[in-house]
Amino acid sequence: MSEALIYDICQAGRRAVSLPDCDVPQTPLPAGCERGELPLPEVAEIDLVRHYVRLSQLNHGIDTGFYPLGSCTMKYNPKVNEAAARINGFATAHPLQGEASVQGAMGLMLELQELLAEIGGFAGVTLQPAAGAHGELTGVLIMRKYLYDRGECERDLILVPDSAHGTNPATTSMSGLKVAVVPSDGRGNVDLAALRGLIAQHGPKLIGLMLTNPNTLGLFDENVLDIIKLVHEAGGLVYGDGANFNAILGVVRPGDLGFDVLHYNLHKTFSTPHGGGGPGSGAVGVAAALVDYLPGPIVRQGETDGLLHWHMPPKSIGRVKAFHGNFGVLVRAYTYIRMHGAAGLRAVSENAVLNANYLQARLRGVYPIPHGDRTCMHEFVAQGMVKDAPGTRTMDIAKRLIDYGFHPPTVYFPLIVPEALMIEPTETESKETLDAFADALIAIAGEARADPDLLHTAPHRAPVKRLDEVKAAKDLVLCYAPGCGG
Amino acid sequence: MNYIPNTDADRAEMLKVVGAGSVAELFRDVPERYRFPTLALPPALSEMEVIEELNALANENDDLHHLACFLGAGAYNHFVPSVVDFLLHRSEFFTAYTPYQPEISQGTLQAHYEYQSMICALTGMEVSNVSHYDGATAAAEAVIMALQMGRGKRNKVILSPTLHPQYRAVVHTYTQGMALEIVGEDVAWVGPSAGSGSALEALAALLDKQTACVIVQNPDFLGRLYTPAEMQALADQVHAAGAQFVVSADPISLGLFVPPGQYGADVVTGEGQPMGNAISFGGPYLGFFAMKKDDVRRSAGRIVGQTVDADGQRGFVLTLSTREQHIRREKASSNICSNQALNALAAAIYMAAMGKYGLRTVAELSYHKAHYAAGLIGQIPGYEVVSRWPFFKEFVVRCPRPVATINEILLDRYGMVGGYDLGGDYPGLKDHMLLCVTEMNSKAQIDLLVEALQEVTTMNPDRLEDEAEAPHE
Repeated sequence: MSEALIYDICQAGRRAVSLPDCDVPQTPLPAGCERGELPLPEVAEIDLVRHYVRLSQLNHGIDTGFYPLGSCTMKYNPKVNEAAARINGFATAHPLQGEASVQGAMGLMLELQELLAEIGGFAGVTLQPAAGAHGELTGVLIMRKYLYDRGECERDLILVPDSAHGTNPATTSMSGLKVAVVPSDGRGNVDLAALRGLIAQHGPKLIGLMLTNPNTLGLFDENVLDIIKLVHEAGGLVYGDGANFNAILGVVRPGDLGFDVLHYNLHKTFSTPHGGGGPGSGAVGVAAALVDYLPGPIVRQGETDGLLHWHMPPKSIGRVKAFHGNFGVLVRAYTYIRMHGAAGLRAVSENAVLNANYLQARLRGVYPIPHGDRTCMHEFVAQGMVKDAPGTRTMDIAKRLIDYGFHPPTVYFPLIVPEALMIEPTETESKETLDAFADALIAIAGEARADPDLLHTAPHRAPVKRLDEVKAAKDLVLCYAPGCGG
Repeated sequence: MNYIPNTDADRAEMLKVVGAGSVAELFRDVPERYRFPTLALPPALSEMEVIEELNALANENDDLHHLACFLGAGAYNHFVPSVVDFLLHRSEFFTAYTPYQPEISQGTLQAHYEYQSMICALTGMEVSNVSHYDGATAAAEAVIMALQMGRGKRNKVILSPTLHPQYRAVVHTYTQGMALEIVGEDVAWVGPSAGSGSALEALAALLDKQTACVIVQNPDFLGRLYTPAEMQALADQVHAAGAQFVVSADPISLGLFVPPGQYGADVVTGEGQPMGNAISFGGPYLGFFAMKKDDVRRSAGRIVGQTVDADGQRGFVLTLSTREQHIRREKASSNICSNQALNALAAAIYMAAMGKYGLRTVAELSYHKAHYAAGLIGQIPGYEVVSRWPFFKEFVVRCPRPVATINEILLDRYGMVGGYDLGGDYPGLKDHMLLCVTEMNSKAQIDLLVEALQEVTTMNPDRLEDEAEAPHE
């Protein structure tokens, strides 16, 4: 099953859009500026609709099936969010209108800043970053500027655990800083002895530590307070990667634990749709000492006129994006938080964690689970290794899951677990779905022993067979248009 | 309201399998004194109640659904055909994530491959990625790519003073702490009478062997259109210095005018919002990013490539991932992970819907209407159209009163969103308004604007009536 390229369904003269006639006198174009032919498609509206509807049918989304992609929090995206973001007063407001004419949009932003600050335990929040990695960059720039303003300009190193998302070290080097990797210990926590050693070695050079907690093994670090204390004693700051925040809503506030900065992934924790890879929102919360460094402008209530105003924090690192952030995403997240309230949010995390522990319990003994003796949080990491089926790898199991109608878990991450299968069910899945998924994984373990080729050649029921990624990177075909090598 | 399907009975059964006495027990690793804080949040709402609250907030905004809009400055009021949002509602698209499993993501992957192809067609470039966060961060990523191509030996960046002020701000933010020399923003750019050629020559004069890149916006922030010949002349000088030539472009303008790929650009970036994306108070938008094939391995962001499956059937995958953070970690070309994929899909559907002729028509309508408006406004006593250069859909008008005052009257009395107040970004342009006209503005709206601008020279704004108006110079 495949769909022709849009360029292959073109017919000269077809139109999908009608536009009005020009109702003003025409002005000649400036000399030498007019382009030649614009090689875009020519299709009728029905061609266009069928093309994209058929393409959509080649996708697996949360609305078509279970999507337990670890660290991505693929929870159900409430449809009211979509209605909310499309309300005319939000969807058609211009970002540069005068403040007095957009008090509603600014009011929503102010409220969301405050809600997120309360949920995370922080003194201030910026909504400008567009994604988690963008929030990381924002946070690291804030940490550095704060320390440099104190005259501690020799600091240029960030500690990153070996279980961290790739964005953490990438953000560090993008900021012009150095990375030192902290190993994990036998229980999946940050290795405290190693951390002490690194701090002894690098203390005066330390900007801080980037910590994901719960970490990417799905474990809440048992020594989190000691870790934060050690970094603070060395004069560093602690950055929290909020990718896994769905485990701890109403359970614990990172700010209370001593985190200085945290990014929230509104597209994970707060249910805004992932959109095939974005848009997201990586709002950032900070402790009181860092509020003046937030990117701006942020919304603030005027002290005298009661109106909302744009405010550039006095020591701001600057803008990280044009305008005010991914506002449409903010509307969706705001809607979600307002519908849940405090008890509802705590229920989200409790159910997310229960679902993960239930799946972990059901798969114990079927697949190795390196830290399966511990209670996991919202996700856990198994290994795609089956006893008496030595040729079977994680990729085979993942691809075979597709035949059972499931999106595979995150594979080969975290890097510290060989053949990792990182499973995050989220709270919006029922026990029946979790059972069906566990049954499928158990059946696949049996298939791996009885008929390993069935796995090596999977998927069998997807729109395409296994794709040749090596060829794609070797014989680059990145563009269809003539002259582009397509 | 929550979206949790499991019941108390389900939970009880599950806890039994887990071997825990209660859900709270699962959180024993969380330090006890901080466990289960009381969150001071407003009470939970039903769907009806939340929509009512949202409508109340939205009604506090004066939005473009009800108003005529002459404001652009980086966010544009262009027509979005119904078919675009209808197709975006396909939840197989919007509830999927990054296509890590290509066999069940061919819809996203092929749509993005087609997006890349159409961006290449539009810009005249060879390769496009699947988007950055917006036009500003795309420009910043172009700078970082140029610095990497300069292998640390080139640490100077030339920014045109008429690159969008917020884009320039983001370039500064992204590169703080890199010990760069960022120049160009204060060159003599505007003298309203200055020819466009001289503005580019002033940038060329800053080139040297330390220069990593030059970024020029075309049409620039003031709406000015540099001719391909002028741009090619600058491109040649940039290349002679061994630097990269980056052009930030309005994609709608490329429906009508020679694309940067035909006048020497190494990278073409820009804000993709005008193509099918709601104006949405500033986001989510998308930054498009197109380049030469030879440079792709140094670029950031997701890229889709064509390949075959085990049966030899055509298919698509994310490719060149070895540049990216999840593989390369601290050696990655950027930290970008999530991008603006759904906005890129909107832009793709828009480009396919508009097609070969529709996009040109949108650009022509904008061009003619903007020039019609400028012609009439230039005749109003007290106003001067200072854009004596070729322009596309935006132009600069010197006003007889502060722009904020005029805009307040336009909004309150005429139901119009007036132009952008340039004085904040360009002190030399105090009382200068950047007006934007698109295909969305009818002749009647433009005529009313002209009438209104005439009348506001003597009117007092409602809200300022009791206050002394700031003296006007």
